[in-house]
Amino acid sequence: MRPVAVAAFAQTTHTGHDSGLSEPELILPVIRAVREQSGLTEFGFTCSGSCDYLAGAPFSFVSALDALGAWPPIQESHVEMDAAFALYEAWVRLQHGDVDSALVYGFGKSSMGDLREIMTLQLDPYYLAPLGLDQLSYAGLQRSAVRGDFPAIARRSWESAQTNPYALKLPEPVETAPITDGAAAIVLVAGDLLQERTNLAHITGIAHRIDPHYPGMRDLTRSASAAAAATAAGVGKGPVDVAELHVQFAHEEIVLAEALGLPAGTLINPSGGPLAANPVMATGLIRIGEAASRVMDGTAARAVAHATSGPCLQHNLVAVLSRES
Amino acid sequence: MGNRCAVIGVGQTHYTTRRRDVSMAGLVREAALRALEDAGLTFADIDAVVVGKAPDLFEGVMMPEAYLADALGAAGKPMMRVHTAGSVGGSTALVGASLVQGGVHDRVLVVAYEKQSESNATWALTTHLPFTSSLVVGAGGYFAPHIREYMRRSGAPDHIGTLVAVKDRLNALKNPYAHLRIPGIDRAMVESTPMLWEPIRYLETCPSSDGACAVVLSSERAVTGTPAWVHGGAMRSEPIFRAGRDTVSPQAGIDCAADVYRQAGVTDPRRDLDVAEVYVPFSWYEPMWLENLGFCGVNEGWKLTEAGATALDGDIPWNASGGVLSSNPIGASGLIRFAEAALQVRGMAGDHQVEGARKALGHAYGGGAQFFAMWIVGAEKP
Amino acid sequence: MPSEPNHVLEFPGGYTRSTGPVIGRFLTELRAGRIVGVRTAARTVLVPPLEYDPATGEPTLPDFVEVGPAGTVHEWTWVEEPRKNHPLDRPFAWALIRLDGADTSLVHAVDAPVKAMRTGLRVWPRWRPDRVGSITDLECFVPEVTTIVANVRTEYTVTPGAALARYLDALRRDVFLAGRCPACESVYVPYRLSCPQCGSVIEEELEVGPSGTVTTFAINNLPDPRAPQVPFVSAYILLDGADTPIIALLSEIPAAQVAEGMRVRAVFEGGTVKWFAPEREA
Repeated sequence: MRPVAVAAFAQTTHTGHDSGLSEPELILPVIRAVREQSGLTEFGFTCSGSCDYLAGAPFSFVSALDALGAWPPIQESHVEMDAAFALYEAWVRLQHGDVDSALVYGFGKSSMGDLREIMTLQLDPYYLAPLGLDQLSYAGLQRSAVRGDFPAIARRSWESAQTNPYALKLPEPVETAPITDGAAAIVLVAGDLLQERTNLAHITGIAHRIDPHYPGMRDLTRSASAAAAATAAGVGKGPVDVAELHVQFAHEEIVLAEALGLPAGTLINPSGGPLAANPVMATGLIRIGEAASRVMDGTAARAVAHATSGPCLQHNLVAVLSRES
Repeated sequence: MGNRCAVIGVGQTHYTTRRRDVSMAGLVREAALRALEDAGLTFADIDAVVVGKAPDLFEGVMMPEAYLADALGAAGKPMMRVHTAGSVGGSTALVGASLVQGGVHDRVLVVAYEKQSESNATWALTTHLPFTSSLVVGAGGYFAPHIREYMRRSGAPDHIGTLVAVKDRLNALKNPYAHLRIPGIDRAMVESTPMLWEPIRYLETCPSSDGACAVVLSSERAVTGTPAWVHGGAMRSEPIFRAGRDTVSPQAGIDCAADVYRQAGVTDPRRDLDVAEVYVPFSWYEPMWLENLGFCGVNEGWKLTEAGATALDGDIPWNASGGVLSSNPIGASGLIRFAEAALQVRGMAGDHQVEGARKALGHAYGGGAQFFAMWIVGAEKP
Repeated sequence: MPSEPNHVLEFPGGYTRSTGPVIGRFLTELRAGRIVGVRTAARTVLVPPLEYDPATGEPTLPDFVEVGPAGTVHEWTWVEEPRKNHPLDRPFAWALIRLDGADTSLVHAVDAPVKAMRTGLRVWPRWRPDRVGSITDLECFVPEVTTIVANVRTEYTVTPGAALARYLDALRRDVFLAGRCPACESVYVPYRLSCPQCGSVIEEELEVGPSGTVTTFAINNLPDPRAPQVPFVSAYILLDGADTPIIALLSEIPAAQVAEGMRVRAVFEGGTVKWFAPEREA
C-alpha cells in the first residue's frame, strides 16, 4: 500500500459540561492547530465523523463545514460514525495516489442529551430499541460475561489522565466513560508531503471489521471483529509499546487486549483513554492521535490504536503506527 | 483515480410510497440480492459493504448499519456508513469505488436506502432547534427562492418547469421500478396542480418514496458479467453561509463537473456524453443543472429543455429513468442516478434504454445545493 | 327495553357446567395457551373439537391435534355498537376463522379496523393473561403484525453557541449584530466566529440593517405554525451593510405584490424579529 502518515493531531480541552460553544465553534481551534502543526492550509481530501442524534438535528456536519473555510470548494465526505472511520476513508482516498494530504475531524457534544438513551437508538429497531435497552445496560450485560480486575483498569486510567491536559479532571477513577464535549482533528500526508517530513507517525496497517449485531448471538467475552482487524492491520508483526484503546467501559479493555493480542509489556491508554475523556464521535480518532503522538514524541517506536462502534464492541478498527514506514 | 473499477451488478427495489411488506433489513437486502444476482455473485464474494442514507431521523434508527450488518452479509467484513445529505447516494458509490481504486478490495457492495414512510420527510428535514429561526419548510421551501432567482436571471418562460415534470414522468412509464407512473401525464395535468411553494407546483416536486438501490463494484481482475467502467469520480463541498455564494449555480457543482470531465476526457458534455442521470428533485433544476454542468451556456439551459434536447429521443437525454421527480427514497436517490448511468452503458436499461449509450453521467447534490457527487461510467475500459 | 329492567333472572354464582372429556380437553389446552382440534373417522379436524362427528353422528376419535394459532378469516360481520356481553367494548368483527390445520371454522371476534377486514385476512389469537379454561381465554383474534409504532424521543438541552448567543443578545435590543472578516472583509449576519470562505477568526462586530433588500423569495401555500396565515412569503433579505442574506418572514403586504429588489424593514417585537415589512416612504 502507498505509505501514509499522521503529520498533525489536535484535540480540544474536553469538558464534562456544555461550555457554551456550538459544534462548529468547537472544531475551529483544532482545525487551526493542525493547520499550524502541518504547515498545510488546504488539503486534497477532507472527511469528518459526527452523529445527528447526538446533535439533536439532521445534518450536523453541514454547519461544521462553515468552520473550515472550505473555499474554493473542497473534496469532502462525511461518515455518520466515529471520526476514526473518517480517517480510514481518508487513508483509502490517499491510496489513489492523486492527492497527498487529508484533513480528518470529529466532534460531539454528549452534554446536550441523554447519551445513554441516545445510544439505544443504534440498536435493532424491532427487538432491542423498543425495550429501552440503554448503553449502560447493554454494556452491563457484556461486563457480566467478562472476568477481570475492572477497578484496577479504572485506577490506572485515572492515574494516567493526571498528566493529560486535555482530559477531564475527574475526582476519582471511573469504570464508565464520562459524558464529554469535545473535538479532534488529524492531518494525514502521503507522497511528496510525506517524503519531505521527518516527524511522522507512519500508518503501517489499518483495518476494520464488524460483527453480527444482536448481543445475544455473539460470545461477549471475545471480539472476533477486533481480532480480525488486528490481524489484517498486522499488530502481531512487531512489538507494541503503546496501545490506545476505545474503552468506554473498563471491562472492554480486557476483551480488546486479548483480541488484539497485545504483549504483556504494552502500555495501555497512557492518555487515560476514554475513561478520562469521551467526546463521542471524536473518541476513536483521538486514540489514533494519541498513539501517533507517542510515536512522534519518541516515547513509542510502534503503537496500536483502536476505535469501536455499535453495541458491545460490535465494530472495531485497528491501526498500527510506527516511527518507521 | 487509482486502479480501474467497474460496476458489475445493479439492484433496485420497486419504489413506492410505503413498503409495508418488508422490514428495513428486508428492503436493503432485496436490492443487495438483486445486485449480487446481476453480478452472478453471492455475499461470500464480497469484501466490504458501504451503506449510505440520509438523516437517521427518517427512520429513527441511529447508525443503522450496525443493525443492518447481518442482513447485508457484512459480519466479519469492513462496513462503512456514509452521510452527505441528499448527495449521499452518490457519495456512497464514490466511497465504495474508492476502496477498489485504492487497491484495498476487489469487490465492494454499495447499498443506499430510505424508508421514508416510517416518518415524514418534511418533519425530519425541518426539526427546529431552539435559537434558530430559519423560516424554511421542507426542501421545497428551501429551493423555491433559488428557482425564482434562476427564472429572473435567465428570463425562462414559466412553462419550462412543467415540461420537465411531464418529460420525466413520461420516462417513468418506461421504468418498472419508478414510483410515480402517471398515465396520460401532460402539461395541463401538471398546471392544474396547486402551487406549494410558488413557483413550485405539486407535480413539479419529487415524491416521498420507500426504496433501496445497490451496486456491486469490482476491480479489473474480479470483473464478472457486463461491466460499466468508472471513468471518473468527484465530490465537492462548499460552505452554505459564504458571502456572495451563487445559490443558483454553485461553484462546487461547477468544480465537481470540471474534475469528473477531466478524468473522463470529456470536453463537451453535451457531445461527449450519451445520457445523464442528474439529481432533479424539483423540475426547474433541470435547466439550472444543465448550465451548472456545462451542457450549455449560462441562462441557456431552459432552451435545451424547451427544444426537447433532454427528452428520451433528444440528443442528450436526461433522466431516462424518470429521475428523482419520479422516485425519491432520499438516501438512495443519488445512488439510483449512478446506477442508472451504469445500466445505460451496460445496455441493460430496458424500455428506457438510450440506444447505443457508451458514456453516461451520474450526478447527485445535497444540503443547500452545496454537496456534489458525480461519476462518469463508460462501456469501454478507460 | 327502554329503561333499566325491573326484572332479572340470574342464577346466583352462575351455572356450573360439566364439560365432558372433549370440551374439557379443549378448554384445558386453551388455558395453557394452545388450541386443539379433534379428528373424525374421516380424518377431518374439527375446531372447536366436538364430541360427535356432525356429518355421521359417530363419536370423534380420541385424537387431539394442535392447530393454529393463526388462521384465515372466511365469513365476517361488523359490529358497530358492541353489546354489553360482547368480548370487546369497541367496534369489531365476528368472524368464522379457519385455523391452520383445521377443516372447520371457529367463531370468534376479530379486533381490527373495518377497513382491514376481508375474507382471507390472516389473524392470530390475542390471549388473556389470566386464563381460566373458557372460550374467552381467547380474548379475540387480531391481524398479523405488519407494523410497529416506535416512539423515538430524545431530549436535549441546546445552547445557541458563543456567536449566536451574542447575536440573539443584540436582537433583544432591536439590533442585528454582524461580523466582518479581517481577511476578505465580508460582513456576515448573524455574527459568527469564523469566515466560511477563508476560515479567518472574526473579531470585528458591527451593526447592520434594520432595513434591507429582498433578493428572492418563495410564496408558501403550506401552513406553518410560525407564519400568521397562508400564503406567506419567506424572503431572502440582504440587510444594509451585510454581505449575506438572511431568510425571514415578509408580511404586511399581499404575497402577489412582493418583488425582488423591494426595500423592507425589520419589525421587532418581544426581543426578536416579528417579520419584515415593506419600508414606508419617508
